[in-house]
Amino acid sequence: MLKQAIAHLGNRTLQGVGRIGFAVRFFVAILLHSGTAFRRFGLTIREMYFSGVQSLIIILVSGLFVGMVLGLQGYETLQTYGSEEALGILVAMSLVRELGPVVAALLFASRAGSAITAEIGLMKATEQLSAMEMMAVDPIARVVAPRFWAGVISMPLLAALFSAMGIFGGYLVGVQLIGVDEGAFWSQMQSAVDFEQDILNGVIKSVVFGIAITTIALFEGYDAPPTAEGVSGATTRTVVTSSLAVLALDFVLTAFMFRGLS
Amino acid sequence: MQHDNLVEIEDVAFDYGARPVLKGINLTAKRGQVIAIMGSSGCGKTTLLRLIGGQITPSQGTGRVAGESLGELDQAGLYRLRRKMGMLFQFGALFTDMSVFDNVAFQLREHSDLPEDAIRDMVLMKLHAVGLRGAACLMPAELSGGMARRVALARAIALDPQLVMYDEPFAGLDPISLGVTGNLIRRLTDTLGLTSILVTHDVQESLKIVDYVYFVSEGVIVAEGTADDIRASGLPYVHQFVHGEAEGPVTFHYPAAPYVTDLRLGEQSA
Ligand SMILES: Nc1ncnc2c1ncn2[C@@H]1O[C@H](COP(=O)(O)OP(=O)(O)OP(=O)(O)O)[C@@H](O)[C@H]1O
Ligand SMILES: [Mg+2]
Repeated sequence: MLKQAIAHLGNRTLQGVGRIGFAVRFFVAILLHSGTAFRRFGLTIREMYFSGVQSLIIILVSGLFVGMVLGLQGYETLQTYGSEEALGILVAMSLVRELGPVVAALLFASRAGSAITAEIGLMKATEQLSAMEMMAVDPIARVVAPRFWAGVISMPLLAALFSAMGIFGGYLVGVQLIGVDEGAFWSQMQSAVDFEQDILNGVIKSVVFGIAITTIALFEGYDAPPTAEGVSGATTRTVVTSSLAVLALDFVLTAFMFRGLS
Repeated sequence: MQHDNLVEIEDVAFDYGARPVLKGINLTAKRGQVIAIMGSSGCGKTTLLRLIGGQITPSQGTGRVAGESLGELDQAGLYRLRRKMGMLFQFGALFTDMSVFDNVAFQLREHSDLPEDAIRDMVLMKLHAVGLRGAACLMPAELSGGMARRVALARAIALDPQLVMYDEPFAGLDPISLGVTGNLIRRLTDTLGLTSILVTHDVQESLKIVDYVYFVSEGVIVAEGTADDIRASGLPYVHQFVHGEAEGPVTFHYPAAPYVTDLRLGEQSA
């Protein structure tokens, strides 16, 4: 009984490690076959429309609400210390450094990541990828790489839009509704947010998240068993795995980026 | 002519895991011929086409297409060879995110620098040949099964390949389209000088157009010959197939335990 359980555990671990190995090789293959995605940039733009533009609404609306909540909660806390003018800093910092990249990435994973997995999985199940190979066109170069780069490019743009909407939401609640001084709100924000420390690091984060999410989504689709259950299982795994990856990577990146700050 | 045989398959075997599917197949297709591969469902016909296309590698034996040995080609070489091949997949495999026109134009756009005007003309010609010029701007989801198959046929011949493999081109076609498609395959082969390999269950229709027939059963070629040989054949296997009889050497059932054992009839009566 115990022996069986251990054997089972070992087996699962080996399978998991094996899959990670395949995923890494897949990632390298995408990078090596990226020529087409840049030479015929129209292909990548088209995918940016599908994954990026279609995630836009959910990103903008969520950003607005998250910013509004930040405005309310931040004001509550800052008020007790009599420093409600710092609301602008709080809202902007939280969004640009953390919430923008992370929440936008989580939304992107569930909106665009799952769609990518389902699409690639179905293309495989209906032999479209085989057909492409038989036509001497490499599916990695023609189908996978453009989607990869589209995701990597879209992600920081979406995160930036999320943060911008969030700051606007914080402004609406803090300044327009509660009545924090408008001049203080903006000027404190402007002087406190550092380009390199905050904005650039936020962009780096979202590029890394974009790479992680699209690689996972594409790999799950490409690796999915060619059946209905196979594809639906892969879609779920994409959302779970890439969300976890985003949160874990966020911790690691934050630890490196803001270690030196007081 | 230097290589009279466009396709040469020698003693090829293949297995999916533990289950052997092909166990030593020999097959040749001469230039300009229409070859048919027949056999019961699940006997490995699609697998054989995938071997010729280099999509799977045999566990034994060699395959040569247009003078190139499949086993010795790297990916670039294989892709170069595949530009000379067209394949009609059993289930069409049309690109669902592209219109009918774009599906047929796909290879022309990928592999040539032709201007869009020229591509347009060529695509419409191919679609006209399968009777679907009017459906050029439909999406694959808007096609019936038989129409999708004809579009896939147009796509398979888009680049005027030297070798075209058709996996059940007649499935799901009405008698009229069936006859037209059969003639189209024959005409393409004759006028363009290409070679066709046809996988089919439609014995009567295909005997009208083919030059040579191979029968596959249990992983080996059990019979071969010209259309006339096949019609006249006294082999029980071929006879059963040509006349569609249920009783004979061809088993309709996938290998299984005896029916009586499976239904547990013995246990109940005991
Ligand atoms: N991907 C696969 N994994 C495992 N076994 C497979 C796979 N594909 C096919 N097989 C098995 O290989 C055998 C041959 O399959 P194949 O598709 O070549 O048959 P076929 O002759 O084309 O049949 P049909 O006329 O029904 O299309 C079948 O018995 C099938 O069970
Ligand atoms: Mg088949």
